Amino acid sequence: MESMGTLTPSTLSRTDLPWQLAWSREKCTLCGQCTAVCPVRAIELGVHRKRVVQVGLGLAEKPGNVFSVYHGIRQKTEPAFACIGCGMCDLVCPNGAIRPVRGGEPDKLRFHNNAGGVPRRRGGRRNDPRSLLDEIKFIRISMLTDPALDAGRHDFELRTLLGRILPPEALVRAVQDNGWIPPVREIYPLIIGSMSFGALSPNMWEGLQMGVAYLNEEMGMPVRICTGEGGCPPRLLRSRFLKYVILQIASGYFGWDEIIHALPEMKEDPCAIEIKYGQGAKPGDGGLLMWYKVNRLIAAIRGVPPGVSLPSPPTHQTKYSIEESVAKMTQSMAMAWGFRVPVYPKISATSTTLAVLNNLTRNPYASGLAMDGEDGGTGAAYNVSMNTMGHPIASNIRDAYLNLVKVGKQNEIPLFAGGGIGKNGNLAANAAALIMLGASGVQIGKYIMQAAAGCLGSETDRCNICNIGLCPKGITSQDPRLYRRLDPEQVAQRVVDTYLSFDTELKKIVAPLGRSTSLPIGMSDALGIADATAAERLRISHVL
Amino acid sequence: MCRLFAVTSREPLSPMTAVHALNVMKEGHDGSGMGLFLTDLGGSFERFRGSPILSGIFSNEGLRALDRYLMDLDFTVKYKLSIRPAQIPPAGTPKRDNYVVRAYDYPPDWLALPQEEREHRLMLTRLRLRQMGEADGSMLIFSFWPDVIMIKEVGDPMELAGYLGLDHEELQARVILAQGRQNTNYAINIYACHPFFIQGYATMTNGENTAFVPIREFLTSRNYAGYTGYQSDSEVFTHILHYTQKGLGLGLDLYKHIITPLKDGELGHHPNGTKLKQIKQACRPLIIDGPNCVIGCLPDKTIFMVHDSKKLRPGIAGGSPGMFALSSEVCGLDAAIPARNKSTDIQPMKYDTVMIPPGRDEVIRWNQWER
Ligand code: SF4
Ligand code: SF4
Repeated sequence: MESMGTLTPSTLSRTDLPWQLAWSREKCTLCGQCTAVCPVRAIELGVHRKRVVQVGLGLAEKPGNVFSVYHGIRQKTEPAFACIGCGMCDLVCPNGAIRPVRGGEPDKLRFHNNAGGVPRRRGGRRNDPRSLLDEIKFIRISMLTDPALDAGRHDFELRTLLGRILPPEALVRAVQDNGWIPPVREIYPLIIGSMSFGALSPNMWEGLQMGVAYLNEEMGMPVRICTGEGGCPPRLLRSRFLKYVILQIASGYFGWDEIIHALPEMKEDPCAIEIKYGQGAKPGDGGLLMWYKVNRLIAAIRGVPPGVSLPSPPTHQTKYSIEESVAKMTQSMAMAWGFRVPVYPKISATSTTLAVLNNLTRNPYASGLAMDGEDGGTGAAYNVSMNTMGHPIASNIRDAYLNLVKVGKQNEIPLFAGGGIGKNGNLAANAAALIMLGASGVQIGKYIMQAAAGCLGSETDRCNICNIGLCPKGITSQDPRLYRRLDPEQVAQRVVDTYLSFDTELKKIVAPLGRSTSLPIGMSDALGIADATAAERLRISHVL
Repeated sequence: MCRLFAVTSREPLSPMTAVHALNVMKEGHDGSGMGLFLTDLGGSFERFRGSPILSGIFSNEGLRALDRYLMDLDFTVKYKLSIRPAQIPPAGTPKRDNYVVRAYDYPPDWLALPQEEREHRLMLTRLRLRQMGEADGSMLIFSFWPDVIMIKEVGDPMELAGYLGLDHEELQARVILAQGRQNTNYAINIYACHPFFIQGYATMTNGENTAFVPIREFLTSRNYAGYTGYQSDSEVFTHILHYTQKGLGLGLDLYKHIITPLKDGELGHHPNGTKLKQIKQACRPLIIDGPNCVIGCLPDKTIFMVHDSKKLRPGIAGGSPGMFALSSEVCGLDAAIPARNKSTDIQPMKYDTVMIPPGRDEVIRWNQWER
């Protein structure tokens, strides 16, 4: 038997990999673009030997072999170089000669991508394309007694509130006595959730910020964007555009030195402060920016040395008890801006959400609660955290809302839902469903990366290498050779397109329900689902 | 679509005025019910101004239970209106044992109570009675309040009026609210019949309240015993009015601003913008989302009309000093007050509130932009 070379337990064949490359020798011109573009160097130039048996006519000549060599593509099989299915090779190939094809059975790579005892880490989202939100239908269609409205021509008031809202009795008293009225922002219910400067490339960040500014200033849509835990570029902090930005403070406090120092020079207050206690993609785990992405710019903004991994602790270190910490942090953040800026926590959706919420209802400075469900995305996390940790958002938001209804505070603490909204492309329908379950608004991250920048990631484990700085689209890379692929102006344009089409779709949902004068928060009578247990759990109609 | 008619007059009127008006608007209701709210009473009840009047429908057993209950509380009957229906009810109208309209004397120990407390107890008594009769349908209570009579029944208004003898000379009022129902719920529940009443406030509506569920949730979570019922999505309009005035101490102008607030951009250049915006935010779950025309009566006997902000339901106000009416269609108004100057009729628009104060001198109209 011929030698097989060295066979180790982790020696895999192409069949064992999740993605296999289909390459056509016919079409390939050997231009080399695919091998150059491949972010993980999964392919290389292959030199293949070929033998052809030649048999002449008659018996005079003995049959012989003709050996030839041809050049083409070789797919590597070492786990570190496994193809991620991004399809960039297909994108750049002038002849359509190469494309990744998903293997037919579950791969064997999953048992081996933990070399050195380090479990798999990646970016992206939970690898599960199912979505309960997609199953929710809007069933209360206005007919006859209340004609459905015209989504195209009617006036719609589809804004929401972010901020602690006083109960009406207290508000009337405060107005009479000139008392303190907590700050409240009237905003668009679709928020670009926290993605840090550092996790995202500068071009992506700039594009998103430009898109948001355009929506506000040209389209009259009060869209807000959250910074994530990575600080905020100094010029933005000192610009009038800061009012469209929600500054996030998380357990690593990255960037807050810069923010605090900029305070006296701020022309505008930020929209709000989000205190991150958790996120949906990796609940109970702190933020993580891996060293690949910590270049000098990022390091400067975050106030750290370049080239080191930046893991934030899972919890705020100042914490003595959660109640105290939430109360203290909320209050001190509110105080830093003279009680003019709403401050609210963001948590991972969890079965203990109600305990958090009950605490917030008693804290007069808590301006809302953002809840991030298990389908949330992240720039970097352990695969196990992403796939298995966390609570689905639908029942969590419903429980939280109904709990607030029970104590009569449903209008006082707005709930914002995140995690998996639009994961299968149904952004407006998913957002509307969550709003009708009780959310005051929704936060999106992955969706805007897909829609505005062409992110290739998926819930079936495509690409998802956002953590190592090699994002083939330049969205989550800090390498200028990669992020210059992304034109900030075009990202901005796509942000605007996305919001405008969302707005139309949202109207196409609420108009037939006969709603136009206010966002239908908690309008659960409009919702139905075929799954009886889900209907019962969410307290919505069971429809078949 | 239900038909609405309200009239206010210096001289007491028979409810037949309103029934006639409903009758000419007949094509808009299907005879599935009529509701009448009478206040500023004339006739025999004028003498009992301060005494609470109980209105409802009782089975014989229910009536006995009522007597027992109120007697235990030390209420004493002061005056009864005898409604003796004809032998055969009109098609669709159930045969009832007793239609009750009775004025009571307060229990002696209530007299020393502050008015607020007495009114609260009166409401709780009504709710308790309603609850007692809920299971077996032996008691249907519409109101229990001084100077208020309510009559509700299933059937065509005109036929009902004949059947119940509503032209009774004892039955007179200076303010009448009347609704002819178009049933939108399959089972006809008399508690879903307008007008709705709570503590001197009454409203009736046509149309559909698409924001009903969140509004109901908000009201029921106010922890106020009276905010209950909601067999009809329109009951919330009455309770929002009550909440605005009794709970928050705000006026009718703010009722309009609460149920149909101006948009934020509009509030930016409203003279009272900041305050209105704060109230809008605090009362956000009370924003209605029509289409609705709301006609109501306040405890001081002012009647008013407002619309949802889409104004997909019409409404008209007109009359002459001494007598004015609000109607969902002009033909109803024409039937009730034919000899008026029609050029002064007002069809309120989406920002308007029209009201006729108890002096009945004029229709006052104001616009959300003014206050
Ligand atoms: S699909 Fe992506 S990872 Fe796979 S070979 Fe092509 S470029 Fe490389
Ligand atoms: S395209 Fe970039 S952002 Fe999207 S999954 Fe791949 S690496 Fe992550």
